[in-house]
Amino acid sequence: MRYGRSPEVLRDIHLTLPNGSFHFLTGPSGAGKSSLLKLIYLAHEPSRGLIRLFGQDIATVPRGDLPHIRRRIGVVFQEYRLLDHLSAFDNAALPLRIAGRKIETYRDDVAELLGWVGLGGRMHALPPTLSGGEKQRLAIARAVVARPDILLADEPTGNLDHEMGERILRLLVELNRQGTTVLVSSHDRELVESSGMPVLHLDGGRLQGVGGA
Amino acid sequence: MSDQAPPPHHDAALRPGPLLPTKDGRDGALMFVIAVLCALACLAVLGGAASDRAAQGWRADLKASATVQVRPKSGETSAEAAARGAEALAGVKGVTEARALDRAAASKLLEPWLGKGGVPEDMPIPELVAVDLDPAHPADTAALQSALDQAHVDGSVDDHGRWLGDVERAATTVRLGALGAALVLAAAAGAAINFATRAGLQARHEVVEVLYLSGAEDRFTAALFQNRFARLSFFAGLQGLAAAVALWVVLRLAAPGDGFSPLLPQAWSDLLLVLPCPILASAIGAISARSSAMSILRGYGHGGVG
Repeated sequence: MRYGRSPEVLRDIHLTLPNGSFHFLTGPSGAGKSSLLKLIYLAHEPSRGLIRLFGQDIATVPRGDLPHIRRRIGVVFQEYRLLDHLSAFDNAALPLRIAGRKIETYRDDVAELLGWVGLGGRMHALPPTLSGGEKQRLAIARAVVARPDILLADEPTGNLDHEMGERILRLLVELNRQGTTVLVSSHDRELVESSGMPVLHLDGGRLQGVGGA
Repeated sequence: MSDQAPPPHHDAALRPGPLLPTKDGRDGALMFVIAVLCALACLAVLGGAASDRAAQGWRADLKASATVQVRPKSGETSAEAAARGAEALAGVKGVTEARALDRAAASKLLEPWLGKGGVPEDMPIPELVAVDLDPAHPADTAALQSALDQAHVDGSVDDHGRWLGDVERAATTVRLGALGAALVLAAAAGAAINFATRAGLQARHEVVEVLYLSGAEDRFTAALFQNRFARLSFFAGLQGLAAAVALWVVLRLAAPGDGFSPLLPQAWSDLLLVLPCPILASAIGAISARSSAMSILRGYGHGGVG
């Protein structure tokens, strides 16, 4: 994969994430972790190669069917990508709203989830008024609220203290136990090692192999 | 999820907010542009309706009258020939009145060309008979000519057909001109909204991309812009309509008789023609915004966002 005419940022990646698996994705800055996640959550098309999601070759999927595939993928963006004009509640509920759910069917679930990530008292707050850690937790809540089949998280604990990081990891593990395939990009060695989950290591745009924690 | 999870809030005050920001600094300028275009379109339609009415009036006047030029026979004065011609024509079915014009009345007909008092005393003027026709069942030229022939009056009938054709062509031109102006202004409003939608999508690309990556279908996102610009265009159309109607009413009330001038006779019923303006503006806004939003979203292809 390359951006425009720049050199390839990812090459010779052969990766299969089995259903229900949990992997960490590690590597130095610029190794291509975010680019790999972007390919999987369909923000970019590969310049060559093949991406299969849910048994379908993405290049041959009609464009009109892509939204339904995207709804099965939850993403925690590195830069959060919260909508500043929406309340924390509305941000968290966004995937449900896009899927056509009525607020009566999700109000309590979203409120409970926000409470669980420590934002129960900030549901009406707008993102610009939230701290970095609060934004990150809100982004995580949005990614998991629809119980996606795949969860991709780009540095989800980067701005959290250790205790909240552990708590978020428990949430991700809980989701994984319920069947969600999880891929977490992280620099947090302590968190990665304490999780005991397998690690994919990227370096120079190449996958260096799968290791244990 | 855990024993630490707090109980549900049951916060009934939680209501979904608008997915697009409600405030945009550019809305005021766009609304002004659309309102001006709508006002001009309304004035074009109202002006076209008044012009059409004027042309209809002229056509009715021309159709309801004819002019007969009478030439005296030997031993007969011009006045006698005209009187005989008027008598013969008055009895024709479809003629309400026929009267011989004296020299003063005939001279008056020449005033537009020669000026008041510009007809010399010794200038020969044809003897004319003015014929008023029944507007419902007017006598045709052949019937008038036949009546003259039977009365042995040497005369020729002018049914104003040449002028009628000119008036009808002018009326058609005015109608098409008003329609064309309204269509051009509608297209200009559509182009302005198209431009604004593209600018809006560009300015809110963060929102659009998050919706896109969260699984929003193109039509879902396009509907947000469609509804926004439909609403904005409706209120702009309302303002444009109000401005045009206000100007029209001022002209109507300030003018004597049938309206601002005999060239543009106004009627209150003309306002019905422009009442749908806000709805049409709203439809143009919705269609334009939706098509431009869909075009941009399709450009994302299978990926293509940051």
